[in-house]
Amino acid sequence: MSKLRPGMVTPLLAVVLAVGVTACGSGGSTGTGASSGATQPAEKIKLTVALFSDFHFAPLYEEFKKTHPNVEIVERRAQFNDHHKNLTTQLATGAGAADVEAVEAGYIATFTPLPDKFYNLNDYGLGKRQADYLDWKWKQGLSADGSKLLGLGTDVGGLAMCYRTDLFKKAGLPTDRAEVSQLWPTWEAYLEAGKKFIAAGVKGAKWFDGPGENFRAIVDQAPVGFYDDQNTLVAGTNPDVKKAFDLSAQMIQADESAKLAAFSPPWNTGLTKGSFATIICPSWKTGSIKDAAPTTSGKWDVAAVPGGGGGNQGGTHLMAPKQGKHPKEAAELIDLLTNKDTQLKLFTDAGALPSIPALYDDPTITGFTNPFFSDAPTGKIFTDAAKALKPQHVGPKAGDVLTTFGNALQRIEQGKQTPDESWAQALKDLERIK
Amino acid sequence: MATRAPGDLAVIPPHPPVRPSPGVHRRLLVHRLDVKASPYAYVAPFFLLFCAFGLFPLAYTAWVSLHDWTLLSDVHKFVGLDNFVALLSDDYFWNATFNTLSIGVLSTVPQLLLAIWLAHLLNRPLKAQTLFRVTLLLPNVTSVVAVVVIFSQLFGRDYGMINWMLSWFGVSPIDWNAGTATSHIAISVMIMWRWTGYNALIFLAAMQAVPRELYEAATIDGASGMTQLRKITIPMIRPTIIFVVITSTIGAMQVLAEPLLFGIYSITGGPDRQYQTLSLFIYEYFTKLDFGYASAVSWMMFIFIVVIAGINYLLTRRSRGGLS
Repeated sequence: MSKLRPGMVTPLLAVVLAVGVTACGSGGSTGTGASSGATQPAEKIKLTVALFSDFHFAPLYEEFKKTHPNVEIVERRAQFNDHHKNLTTQLATGAGAADVEAVEAGYIATFTPLPDKFYNLNDYGLGKRQADYLDWKWKQGLSADGSKLLGLGTDVGGLAMCYRTDLFKKAGLPTDRAEVSQLWPTWEAYLEAGKKFIAAGVKGAKWFDGPGENFRAIVDQAPVGFYDDQNTLVAGTNPDVKKAFDLSAQMIQADESAKLAAFSPPWNTGLTKGSFATIICPSWKTGSIKDAAPTTSGKWDVAAVPGGGGGNQGGTHLMAPKQGKHPKEAAELIDLLTNKDTQLKLFTDAGALPSIPALYDDPTITGFTNPFFSDAPTGKIFTDAAKALKPQHVGPKAGDVLTTFGNALQRIEQGKQTPDESWAQALKDLERIK
Repeated sequence: MATRAPGDLAVIPPHPPVRPSPGVHRRLLVHRLDVKASPYAYVAPFFLLFCAFGLFPLAYTAWVSLHDWTLLSDVHKFVGLDNFVALLSDDYFWNATFNTLSIGVLSTVPQLLLAIWLAHLLNRPLKAQTLFRVTLLLPNVTSVVAVVVIFSQLFGRDYGMINWMLSWFGVSPIDWNAGTATSHIAISVMIMWRWTGYNALIFLAAMQAVPRELYEAATIDGASGMTQLRKITIPMIRPTIIFVVITSTIGAMQVLAEPLLFGIYSITGGPDRQYQTLSLFIYEYFTKLDFGYASAVSWMMFIFIVVIAGINYLLTRRSRGGLS
């Protein structure tokens, strides 16, 4: 439900495009019924919700309508990068934004510096929710001075590693999740385990899907990522970023990559056909894998992430742009879409890890096993990951920086450049990010 | 151009005015206004729309290109030609220019030759003629998104049909997306798929206007089909060829959807910018909200198109075969 996918796309290209096009022209529709001033019970209101994938919100809209019979809710979806670029344009030009907008962790720092463009949700009584939340997740949704509440969190992305038991068996590797976790205490050990897997020569299978997602996970686990706390871009000088890059490059050179860009149509095919044995799994990705490759049920399992936990990948906030005419209803909807019951339900339905720590000890979650992943205790695995999670400051152009490194790794993968050449070009490209 | 024909009509009043009265005068005036002014009124909607949606954006883009203009900022600093200076020393801009020209040549040249040949084949008595002609147009009415999505699958590295067919001949799988030449070929094929039939229909329409006696005479003289195509058809439809060459050139210079979707939304046109066209380069900077720079690129592209279309016009005009 929350994923940073640099330069990638959901399988339903055509549908997404169609949605994207409608999204451009539907701005005016939110203004209907605003003429009467104070909200009458009978006044018809239309709320639009803009998302970048299926958040499994549909039943919740029905629930909202029970208490708000006058409200009609329209959801629209666009491809991940387009969704966020669209929002930027819509805020700049003053038209077209939805009443409720989803903003992912890689982009949240682009929007919180613009407190004038969003409703302060404190004004609608949502400040009371602070006690529920993980402190860092709450703070990500605040304006720079902390005085305004601009977004409320949905999920966070604690990390694990998903793997194919059938392919592990063929390669003579252990299949039990505890033993598999022992295989890779560090990313270096993961690289070595991959060499064993490749040496076993399982037909048509590589070690992982593509290097970009592993690179991101390694960076996410470091105390500082692409930006320091002052929003200065330090990606080119941060030794942890270079280490992540070098490790990813070594994985490519060991022929461990299936060279599939995450969330592309070939990636979907690869998931179904078993083109790779492991894949980095933020909690929400367990949902993506299930949606993209339903026929592989029972072939997967979930182990601990290399590098000793920590690290957050993705996670979303819901925000209410000031272009919306019905802030009260929008805030109430956001409240419903992020409350405890909802987050509990979305974990079991869509693998979205709650951002409300009280739920980490809820038996529904801790006792949750995922039948798709060979009954792996994903509830326990991901809540453990969430508890160990050390959040990292996300800078304003983190999405563009990630795309730059993703391209750099692909150049190595496609044999166009050596790791050194590719790193040098990435540094030059970083200078273009203003 | 539009005013020429009515001007000739305007000089002949229906009757010479014998005894001009005020009423007749007025009617005469209305009549004169009608013939003199109304043609302008008829063409006005186009020119008004053109000014609003063609000329004004063109001029405004030029104005924006002279500024350091970021969408989210309210301050737009005038920087003169700085954007253009930066552009001329920008490797990625020249890379995009090269890609555009390469894809343009790879798609346009075979496309037009194929279109002429197809039109020639259809320009003879055939059964189910209409069916063939409609079929030609079908790829063009298909959505470009659908075309690119399907072709991207055909050109897939692991499970693509083209690699599968090549494997029959012992060719190892090609990563079409990765290479410069291979990606250009793949994109050109998509463009050709969409536009060959359309251009063939235009050629066919022109060919039907060529007098049949010329072919009959040539047949009696023993000229083969190919000779007739070269010596009669092509010289006779030259104005149409010029038109199609110019529109195709302009279209090829503006290619956006094919590389964007082929790269699965990679706005850099592949990790190494191996198939980033000029339009995609503009799009990249527009999405980065750097409107000043993007506008400067837009103007450079406009100039390129004018120059290249001009060169093509001169070349096609010079290649006058003539009926001799």
